[in-house]
Amino acid sequence: MLTQALMGVLDPISLLLIVLGVSAGILVGALPGLTATMAIALLVPFTFGMAPIHGLVLLGAIYSGAIYGGSFSAILINTPGTPSAIATTFDGFPMAQKGEAYRAIVTATLASVFGGVVGVIFLIFLSPPLARASLSFGPPEYFWLAAFGLTIIAAVSPRSTLKGLIGGGIGLLISTIGIAPIEGSVRYTFGTVALQNGIALIPALIGFFCIPEVLRMVEESHESGTVIPYKRQRKMVTRVFHRLLRRPWLMIRSSLLGTFIGIIPGAGGNIAGLVSYNEAIRTSRNKSAFGKGSIDGVAASETANNASVAGALIPMLTLGVPGAPPAAVLFGALLLQGMRPGAELFTSHGTITYAFLFSLILANLAMLPLGILLGRGVARLMQQVRVQTMAPLIIFLSMVGSYSIYNNIADIYTMVGVGLAAHALRKAGFMPGPIVLGLILGPIAEQGLTQSLLMGRARGSLTAVFFGRPISLILIVLTIVSIAAPIVVQYRERHGKGGTLKAMKQLTQEHSEDSV
Amino acid sequence: MNSKHTQVNRVIALALTALVLMAAGAAASGQAEASYPARAVSYVIPFNPGGQSDVTAQYQKRYLEEALGVNVVIRHQPGAGGALAWSNLVKARPDGYTVTGNNVPHIIIQPMVRDNAGFTTEELKPVYLFQSTPIGLAVAPDSPFDTLQDLLDYAAEHPGEITVSGSGTHSGHHLALLQMQYLSDTEFTYIPATGAAPSVAAFLGGHTEALLANSTDLLSHHNDMKVLAIGTEQRFRALSDVPTFIEEGLEMTAGIDRGVAVPPETPDDIVATLEDAFAQVSANEEFVAQMEELGFVIHSIGAAEFATYLDRKTEEISTVLRELGEI
Repeated sequence: MLTQALMGVLDPISLLLIVLGVSAGILVGALPGLTATMAIALLVPFTFGMAPIHGLVLLGAIYSGAIYGGSFSAILINTPGTPSAIATTFDGFPMAQKGEAYRAIVTATLASVFGGVVGVIFLIFLSPPLARASLSFGPPEYFWLAAFGLTIIAAVSPRSTLKGLIGGGIGLLISTIGIAPIEGSVRYTFGTVALQNGIALIPALIGFFCIPEVLRMVEESHESGTVIPYKRQRKMVTRVFHRLLRRPWLMIRSSLLGTFIGIIPGAGGNIAGLVSYNEAIRTSRNKSAFGKGSIDGVAASETANNASVAGALIPMLTLGVPGAPPAAVLFGALLLQGMRPGAELFTSHGTITYAFLFSLILANLAMLPLGILLGRGVARLMQQVRVQTMAPLIIFLSMVGSYSIYNNIADIYTMVGVGLAAHALRKAGFMPGPIVLGLILGPIAEQGLTQSLLMGRARGSLTAVFFGRPISLILIVLTIVSIAAPIVVQYRERHGKGGTLKAMKQLTQEHSEDSV
Repeated sequence: MNSKHTQVNRVIALALTALVLMAAGAAASGQAEASYPARAVSYVIPFNPGGQSDVTAQYQKRYLEEALGVNVVIRHQPGAGGALAWSNLVKARPDGYTVTGNNVPHIIIQPMVRDNAGFTTEELKPVYLFQSTPIGLAVAPDSPFDTLQDLLDYAAEHPGEITVSGSGTHSGHHLALLQMQYLSDTEFTYIPATGAAPSVAAFLGGHTEALLANSTDLLSHHNDMKVLAIGTEQRFRALSDVPTFIEEGLEMTAGIDRGVAVPPETPDDIVATLEDAFAQVSANEEFVAQMEELGFVIHSIGAAEFATYLDRKTEEISTVLRELGEI
């Protein structure tokens, strides 16, 4: 069966589809508004007529490529191409501003390939036990996961924690607009039908990141009139590769986090990238470098979000419970091919299933040459495009992207409205990162909280539901550590001995890291 | 170097202009129409891709294209439990080129429980009802309850103690539970999830004692659960050892029906053309076999009968909701 599967992947059509799929995925991912979910949904009808292996290979390649491609716009125009790339903007764009766009893209590429391959290895060897384990994530665990996620606000608002927290609060509030996810009441719509569905995530993401960035671009364009400067450097791939080799623990931790968060149904690449980014800062000895163009920040985010691709497929293939929206569309594609996810997928449809899994490894490897070629091209092109061309182009793409996600004209208004508000907020020192974090985690926290309250009422004990479950306890401890750690560090730096020595050490380290 | 810069910028500017002109051209065309259908028909799914409505539409697509002789483009417009797509449908041009999934009981309950859902049940002009998924009630394989009666007896003595997972509030699953509670005078705690997949996951993980799920999901996971009752009139073929609610003494059926609707003012001859096309699909043996394999029940209910069915359902649902104080 396995050899047959391998043959299935190595046939010329499959290989061609992998290259095509990854390339198309990268393009889709790089354009804000066009997401992995949409790309897969658009292609499902075409794969319907293909042999099952070819159809699935193509969809898997697109999925991997799109999650990776989101890093391009994150780095180049400070706008996550897909929600998964949110954390990539934090250090990717500062790198680009320093003229290191190509270096950031190479980092994202190597990190994505590594994370993706690690994820697929877990998918191939450990699917059934991991899928079972993912089910132990119930409402209380989702609530605590979201609470833990919100502590990331401190990490993504280096300038002012207070403003970060306010921003997170704004995001949480925005997430309550529309029909309540659990008990169905309609909130803050002022009677308008258009707001019934709330502020859709993708148009909001585009609005929060794209619009303020374009306006800033216009306000303070470089003397050269181009969007970002570009420094030419030789042997970039080997340099970055060696640099990442010196961070084995970062890479391994990020890919594990990505895989596991991907497995949890409802938490996808965006949360994986953010959590991994947060952990990278928390464990780093050089925290101040993050947010200013740290290669580690880009690597942490991109390793995790691509690892989450395979993670999301684990419960989908073994249990029929998709771990993320794109996996849900793949689930539909499997059904259309007459393959019902579950145990029989690995037995009676084993050849096709394993061929699909092998193809994911190839798809991840294919990102290396494709991504680097594209990356170099795009980084150079960006150096030539002037702001007066770039700004309208981005606005144009933002409109198209916002509309096409649900074919809904109201989403364009949402995007523009959110964008203008975001611009004003940014002027006042509120960055998009924490707001978007609140927007993403709000519904997860709310659902978890409401469902847990209902569970607690039925079982007669709220404490048992919230504090009596092992995974919840771990998440609570993580939340406390995440909140307390920066305070402890600050206290030590102020009052402890050797404070100055430490600071000097940090400075020298920062210096040596930048000279890669 | 400088001239190269200008060139790149000029190319982008030209490409943008071309796109705008193309868009304008596309908007201008499609004015004069020959006989219906003369161009591609949009088939709007009010839910996420990968769900039951989407899977059905994907299967229907090529047969529909054969029957209509034009392309059928499937578009997804999920949001507000389907209300986003339905509120757009009532505003769409009544020319037969926008056909939207019409799901019961969603289109009946939403206008009842929301101040302004953006549409009313009557505004969505029914075309054809082609499938349904009966809803069943399941418990874990190691659960002490072996029959629906066991479960109801326990719930009668311990009101609210049994948690039941289902998809959505004021949804088909919610309605099924309300009906069950109403008829058996019991009380359960309903734990709604934001979709069928997370609701099944919550149950499989042991976070709730029972699950209300569509036949397609029950079929997928039947090894991991005991299905106690199903909402069909007669036994459901794919799970023939499962009794119906009626057999268990509760006079109720429960299920989600799926069909299509068009904008309110759509001319009858266009409705007839679409009705005929969908009828051909539902008569296709290959389509029926594929759908039944997945756990769907296929129907062939035309526009007139669909409308009568909706009236009856509206009556039935409003009675239950009113009795239970939900509206």
